[in-house]
Amino acid sequence: MESRLSRYIWTHTRKDQLWILVVVAFSMIPYFLSFDLPKQIVNGPIQGDGFDSPEATQAFLAISFDLPYLGTINLFDGFQLGREGMLLALSLVFLLLVVVNGLFKFYINTFKGRLGERLLRRIRFELVDRVLRFPPTHFKRVKPAEISTMIKDEVEPLGGFTGDAFVSPALLGGQALTALIFILLQSFWLGLIATVIVAVQAIIIPRMRKRLLVLGRERQLTARELSGRVSEIVDGIGTIRGYDTSNFERADIASRLARIFKIRYDLYQWKFLVKFINNFLAQVTPFLFYSIGGYFALQGRLDIGQLVAVIGAYKDLPGPLKELIDWDQARQDVQVKYAQVVEQFSVDPLLDPKVHAIAATSAEPLSGALAAVNLTVTDDGGATLLDHVSLQVQPGEAVALKPGGEVLAEAFARLIWPASGRILIGSQDILEMPESVTGRRISYASSDVYVFQGSLGDNLLYGLKHAPLTEVRYEGEGAVHRKWELVEAKLAGNPHFDVNSDWIDYRAAGATGPEDLLVKIRPVLDAVLLTNDVMALAVRSTIDPNRNAAFAAGIVEMRGALRQRLEKEKLSDLVVFFEPGSYNIEATIGENLLFGTITDQVMWDGALEGHPFFKTVLQRVGLRDVFYEMGLEIAENVVELFRDLPPDHPFFQQLTFMTAEEIPVYEALLQKVRGRARADVAEDDQVKIIRLCFGYIEPRHRFGLLTDELMAKIVAARREFDEGLPADLAGMIEHYRPNRYIASGSIIDNVLFGRIGHKHADGSEKIRAIVRDLFEAVGLYNDVLAFGFDFNVGAGGKRLTAGQRQKLDLARALIRICDFYIFNQPLLALDQRVQEQVIRNVFALLRQDGRNPAIVWVVANPAVMELFDRVAVFENGRLLRDDHTEVGANEGPDYKEMAS
Amino acid sequence: MLLKDEVEMLRRITLFSGLPPAKLKLLAFTSDRVMYSAGEALFYQGDIGDAAYVILSGKADVLVTTAGGPLKLAEVEQNSIVGEIAILCNTPRTATVRTTTPLEALRIRKDDFLKLLADFPEMAVEIMRVLADRLSQTTAELTEARSRNERMEA
Repeated sequence: MESRLSRYIWTHTRKDQLWILVVVAFSMIPYFLSFDLPKQIVNGPIQGDGFDSPEATQAFLAISFDLPYLGTINLFDGFQLGREGMLLALSLVFLLLVVVNGLFKFYINTFKGRLGERLLRRIRFELVDRVLRFPPTHFKRVKPAEISTMIKDEVEPLGGFTGDAFVSPALLGGQALTALIFILLQSFWLGLIATVIVAVQAIIIPRMRKRLLVLGRERQLTARELSGRVSEIVDGIGTIRGYDTSNFERADIASRLARIFKIRYDLYQWKFLVKFINNFLAQVTPFLFYSIGGYFALQGRLDIGQLVAVIGAYKDLPGPLKELIDWDQARQDVQVKYAQVVEQFSVDPLLDPKVHAIAATSAEPLSGALAAVNLTVTDDGGATLLDHVSLQVQPGEAVALKPGGEVLAEAFARLIWPASGRILIGSQDILEMPESVTGRRISYASSDVYVFQGSLGDNLLYGLKHAPLTEVRYEGEGAVHRKWELVEAKLAGNPHFDVNSDWIDYRAAGATGPEDLLVKIRPVLDAVLLTNDVMALAVRSTIDPNRNAAFAAGIVEMRGALRQRLEKEKLSDLVVFFEPGSYNIEATIGENLLFGTITDQVMWDGALEGHPFFKTVLQRVGLRDVFYEMGLEIAENVVELFRDLPPDHPFFQQLTFMTAEEIPVYEALLQKVRGRARADVAEDDQVKIIRLCFGYIEPRHRFGLLTDELMAKIVAARREFDEGLPADLAGMIEHYRPNRYIASGSIIDNVLFGRIGHKHADGSEKIRAIVRDLFEAVGLYNDVLAFGFDFNVGAGGKRLTAGQRQKLDLARALIRICDFYIFNQPLLALDQRVQEQVIRNVFALLRQDGRNPAIVWVVANPAVMELFDRVAVFENGRLLRDDHTEVGANEGPDYKEMAS
Repeated sequence: MLLKDEVEMLRRITLFSGLPPAKLKLLAFTSDRVMYSAGEALFYQGDIGDAAYVILSGKADVLVTTAGGPLKLAEVEQNSIVGEIAILCNTPRTATVRTTTPLEALRIRKDDFLKLLADFPEMAVEIMRVLADRLSQTTAELTEARSRNERMEA
């Protein structure tokens, strides 16, 4: 990138800058005309100059030139107008000039704005483009937040400056020069004085600004560091709280802020000092005019008329001059910012743009071997990680790298660059090959996973998005917008790739299009054991049954099938179904009473406390007394159990009736009401006690409070809540209907239409397996899986577990059809047993359908060595041995070590 | 089974015999009652341990995987506790536990279990006793196996 901002701006906006200069020059004509016009109006029609008699007329709009040698040329004689007509005509011209001037200003300002925004877009893009091409080592040195601050905030003022970069100095300089020449013409000596003062300003002020520039640079650096630290605090909050170092962080931030404050305050002081001196110099010139010029005038050496003219002309000098100095300040300011940013992004060696060139066609399979040739890799500190390692992986070969081989795997993945030696494919250096080949024919997965924010499906297919493969057809407004996008992208030096195009390279996954992609994905998910996770995420999600009407209907139909299935497998006690006519022992009393779920908890709480409906209905069905007694019993039990525990005790997580803070409240309440009849207890307190019942589940809480008679009573009361619910409570409850999808419930809730029994140790596991099976049987499996793909994984994939993230990353690599798969301990978060199973699955997956890609796997487990053709053993960065498995696995020192 | 019946049952287990009844009730309340049919695994060797199990009724085998296939180490029955090693030392499960009869157990989550140990030193001592018992048994078996080995080699 250019090191000087002015050159950068000139290179990229030359044409526009020249055009705006021309426009500004033209805008001067109406501008100066409008200065002259008031005089004409006052002198002419108002004061009657040239209208000597009432009938006198003057020519309006006469166009004539006085040319030397040719005399006067009359192009247009104009209209003859009387005094009032002339007044009206000239006033209208004045109005016209006001409009024209305004329009010029409007055009110039928007043009400059657009110019600036385009340059800002260009510069931001260029910076991000550079980030994409940074060498791997550079990422260890920079903080992400600092980079993003630079791209987002620090270059922002450059846009505002761009429009004025050349126009302002030309315009203001021109004005100042005109005034100065005028003064010089009036009086040489006074002109000289003015020139000297201007020169002093021009020399002193920039010198004083040097300090300002230094401070400005410091301000920028400290602010950038601050943003880096803030993001570190956010990222490291767990460590900070865990080690009680929050006050150390506070101190650090406070001292940084103090430094920033000091710099900024210093900056202000200098800025206003410079301003003061500047103003002083500007004001001292008239003093010299008055005193020296006046003295000359008194002596008779200077014409008083000249003196007045000089002082008059000088009025026009400080304005432009001051603005010019302000412009210069802004220029230096943005130049510093620009230079700072450019310095940070001038990293050597950047990746060659050719390496990143977009390629819409599929890459040819690689035919040569992947080879490290005399490869040495060092870390930042110069320690040797790999020491002259040579290793060849033939196409189709499976090579295990024993621990110590991680670095080699990373080098194969181009994540670290060799200090010496090379990595070749065939005879080509891997770093010189375009990523459209290496990034498509080689897949890499490690335990250091990055998951992008977005849906699970997007992340899964991320490795297929190499190039926009379809031309999107836009119509109407969309087409206009796309056209505009293309033009603007070109003007700002951005690429024109359409982000709305279908970027997924289906062929690279072995599919022909979106329709059969899922067929290719499922075996991969199965191989990495991610299918069940995705299904679990899917069935826990809630969907809008109106928008997915067919799916919802299918789910409702499944309810019957599930029952039959459970009966057939003699597992009927696994799920207790919701039946309109019977009590569901595994559901809460509240759920049983309402035969539905509460969709608005706040409204429900309010209604329970204050709505007359509940009181009367409970009274009428004879549950009020029972519930009160039951609530008391629950309160007694809970208070007894939890009374002595500190509020942060983990046992409170098991408590659903009340929070830890409520325990003392209920304890006091029990003291108050114990031994009193319900009628004597305040209404509020009664509600507090009764509400405890609604969360009670007999098999779970086991207080022994639910009798058959009570259950029958609750079921009988259902109708009251179903049919008798007043209109103002209607939206609060969603009733269960055997033939209707419960919109507020998850997919699994809707399939079960009941509750899983507590008794079975892995009841939910079992039922999930059966439900999965059923999905398959009724042909809804893929639909459900698709809902799982919609799951939002959160920032950095934080809504997934570490194991799920690693499985996702491995799946993302396996979906792609490649010639080389490099796996760098990709499953560290999983159990040994699961790891082993996945490794075997992956081998089976990659070896089916006649495929035979090379597999390089960094793995320690001796049990899987039989899968590999060769095992490479490393020690202190050296390749110790690289031979066939049988020998390697059983006799190597590594194995003995592990076995002991 | 009601909470108070469970408390009665827990009281009969040596490990918990020193706890006051109120705490036993709390333990019962916060733990899950789980049932297994014969041949089901409580957990597998190599898994991450997240809970200990107190066997209320039924029997199970403790198995380890070896090169020669699964090897039965011991049998556990009513009133014994299994799975505590993995949650005490944060290691993967050292063995698989598989039921041989229908089995009923109390599943105590790791955090709850550790909290209990911290709150009730009597229980920690009891756990120590159980572990020491097992260690001495293991040592005896190892000695026997070694001497048998030496005899065979000699």
